[in-house]
Amino acid sequence: MTCGVRPFRAVLACLLLLVALAFASLARAQDTSPLISDFGGANLRALAAAVEALAASGDERALPVLQALGDGNLYETVDGGIYIREGRGAIIDAATGETTTDVEPDDLRVIRINNALRRDIRAAIGGMTLLSEDDNTRLRAAREMFSTADPANIELLDEALAQEDNAAVRRVMEQARAAAILRTDVSEEDFAAAVAVIAARGDRQALGILNANLANASEAERVNIEAGIARINQALAIQGVGQNVWYGISLGSVLLLAAIGLAITFGVMGVINMAHGEMVMIGAYVTFVVQEIIRTTNPGLFDYSLAIAVPMAFLITGLIGVAIERGIIRWLYGRPLETLLATWGLSLIIQQGVRTIFGATNRDVGNPSYMSGAFDFMGIAITYNRLWIVVFSLVVFALLLLVLNKTPLGLQMRAVTQNRRMASSMGIRTPWVDAMTFGLGSGVAGLAGVALSQIDNVSPNLGQGYIIDSFMVVVFGGVGNLWGTLVGAMTLGIANKFLEPYAGAVLAKIIILVLIILFIQRRPRGLFALKGRAVEQ
Amino acid sequence: MITQAILRALDKKAIWVISILIAMAILVPLSNLLLPTGHPLRVPNYMVSLLGKYLSYAMLALALDLIWGYCGILSLGHGAFFALGGYAMGVYLMRQIGTRGVYSHPELPDFMVFLGWPELPWYWLGMDQFWFAAIMVMFVPGLLAFVFGWFAFRSRVTGVYLSIITQAMTYALMLAFFRNDMGFGGNNGLTDFRDILGAPIAAQTTRAALFSATAIALAASFLVCSMIVKSKLGKVMVAVRDAESRTRFIGYRVENVKLFAFTVSAIMAGIAGALYVPQVGIINPGEFAPANSIEVVIWAAVGGRGTLIGPIIGAIVVNVGKSYFTAALPDFWLFALGGLFVFVTLFMPKGIVGVFTSAWSALRARRASARAQKGAGPMPGPSTDAPARPSQRQDNETETPPGAKPSPAE
Repeated sequence: MTCGVRPFRAVLACLLLLVALAFASLARAQDTSPLISDFGGANLRALAAAVEALAASGDERALPVLQALGDGNLYETVDGGIYIREGRGAIIDAATGETTTDVEPDDLRVIRINNALRRDIRAAIGGMTLLSEDDNTRLRAAREMFSTADPANIELLDEALAQEDNAAVRRVMEQARAAAILRTDVSEEDFAAAVAVIAARGDRQALGILNANLANASEAERVNIEAGIARINQALAIQGVGQNVWYGISLGSVLLLAAIGLAITFGVMGVINMAHGEMVMIGAYVTFVVQEIIRTTNPGLFDYSLAIAVPMAFLITGLIGVAIERGIIRWLYGRPLETLLATWGLSLIIQQGVRTIFGATNRDVGNPSYMSGAFDFMGIAITYNRLWIVVFSLVVFALLLLVLNKTPLGLQMRAVTQNRRMASSMGIRTPWVDAMTFGLGSGVAGLAGVALSQIDNVSPNLGQGYIIDSFMVVVFGGVGNLWGTLVGAMTLGIANKFLEPYAGAVLAKIIILVLIILFIQRRPRGLFALKGRAVEQ
Repeated sequence: MITQAILRALDKKAIWVISILIAMAILVPLSNLLLPTGHPLRVPNYMVSLLGKYLSYAMLALALDLIWGYCGILSLGHGAFFALGGYAMGVYLMRQIGTRGVYSHPELPDFMVFLGWPELPWYWLGMDQFWFAAIMVMFVPGLLAFVFGWFAFRSRVTGVYLSIITQAMTYALMLAFFRNDMGFGGNNGLTDFRDILGAPIAAQTTRAALFSATAIALAASFLVCSMIVKSKLGKVMVAVRDAESRTRFIGYRVENVKLFAFTVSAIMAGIAGALYVPQVGIINPGEFAPANSIEVVIWAAVGGRGTLIGPIIGAIVVNVGKSYFTAALPDFWLFALGGLFVFVTLFMPKGIVGVFTSAWSALRARRASARAQKGAGPMPGPSTDAPARPSQRQDNETETPPGAKPSPAE
């Protein structure tokens, strides 16, 4: 009963919200128009009041109007319209911000101001931007001024710097001031200092500013600038390395998630699970289904959808894994190649099954709010979803280490890995350990699926894209030791990303595959091979 | 000596298989070309090409079974050798187009003109000569297999590890051939062939001749495989399969045995690919896909690994099923194929041939015991043929379950 009502209620809520938003935007549009039209035909005192009122409104239209007023670019007409016109440019309606052709240039009368008012206006602009209460507004304003590099702003920036106590904002303000100073005639020391400030910024924008100033610089300045450019280029090179390392870690963490379950099952049971990629794919589809249910029943919970999907995916794929082990794999012990074929057949069946149920096209899995967006770390753009996946993969890795080293199951799994017959003789129920291992490996694959649903297309072929890379990680890292998988995944990820700029994505992949094939010649059991007679069999 | 080896290879079964294949090579083209359309015994045109395709698949499966069934090497990348042979033939066929391409360039194929290549890359040179192309068909896959096997077998990469890196090999080749820079037509591959050895490739006589060539090539490879398997070397191969370390300790160079089998098998796969391409009219990087290579393994498994007739039967049966189901029930085919993988490994480890031989020997045993009962009173004991079902034993790895082949890692 309630199920029938809820979607309806959700739709109603959405409609109400839309109506409210529409009213709110209308109301705001009505707010500033009279404030702006107050400028028309006012005396100086009324003008000062209007400036204050407009600045207090905090509206986005206020800033260009105030700037135009301060620069003497604000005009009025006889019928009370207020317009902005820079020099002989297009005429802009101050209230709407749109270009208009309704007004003849001859009808425009400039709104005159005096020095006292000019100071007020600058203070108002500063208050709205550089002197605003809000850190982000100040930062945005300072960045804006950095890119315009207008010498007229130097005074305002000095004023703002005098009272700025946020270090990050202060730095940007100094850079903006330096960029503006480069365009004025200043002493050599001041110029050198400004170049140093900009060079310290060390990004492409700073490089652009320095290059632009190189053309009309004096000999002494030129040396300075070139040194600055060299510094920036060096910083950019380091940044490029950092960027590659980050992308590599990000790719490596994805590989780690996809391969770690495979490594466990391969290490303990000596069988390759070709259906592992399909477990990843099922994990992604579990996320999709969870999100769909949340969307239709309780949209407010959307941000928690991944938190719900993670245990669900683990349980579902884990159970499927146990079922596969009990149903198929245990009949094939001692025949690893046959196991490989049977699980490959299984992967075909699962893929086709998912295609039949969900369709062959990509399904849309949304990012919760904390997974979208990006931030800047030392000039490297880091997206939140990649960051969370790196964190998630490391958490999963740590948990697995705990399970393997601190739990009875882990103890038994390690025993079976090292010497199955001996473990069996000591009373370990190896079939049970096998089933649990397979379940655990598949469950971890499901977790990988939840993570991959955030960065990749969710389609029946999802797992296929990762399966060969995961094999390479396992073969490279060696089995029986989770650290091998970690090192293998990170090495492959980073190597891939470092080769890509030189060789292109496809060739990089080929080179990596060839290198692994060669590596296997030297160490047939991988980087972290188990030592001892038990493994030789 | 060679005649001796051939004579030894030609036991009763081999003679049967080879005669059937040669009879097909003669009768199918005759019936297709001489009988009037609509005659009940006439093989339709499409069927000639289809049968030719099946037979080249059978040759690929036979090549795979030589190393998997007799030497214990499970290659998941045999499609790569097949595709390389196919590409070598494709390059020859492209050179035969001449000025009949869209751009009418006398030397360059259309895609090279389109990509603005000034001249043929060095590896296309000489490929307009059939004899040279024919050598390349065998040399390129053979060389790759030799180099790959040299590295892999010398460092004793075995079992699952070897399967995975062969899969990586074909995957890497697939990625490489998808690139336009590779000079093999990139994504589209090579197609729009016109002539082969001066004869128009679309003509029915050419198609019939290609079918005959495929059937004869299959018969020849069957003979070669039979010779290898029956020789002393073949016995060593089986020993390597069943107990690699033991064979090495006795004093055999295991890696040389494996390398020989692997290279011969790759060359056979290359020839199969070269016969396949003119009959289907296209070769593209999709042939390198790892899924294709694994499918070949299931053909051999369905027919019966460790026998030479099995992979031929398996390739034909599975592909007939595939042709039927992909037309009639397209969604069902992958379920069927996947189910086949599971079913065969679980319940028919010796494939179709295994089922028949065990049924046959059971029948013979029953007859023999019936005769014995009639003659000399008490019977000696129950018949001792292995059950086809795998055992339910789980733990004990060293003792191989009855009905299953021992794993190569001992």
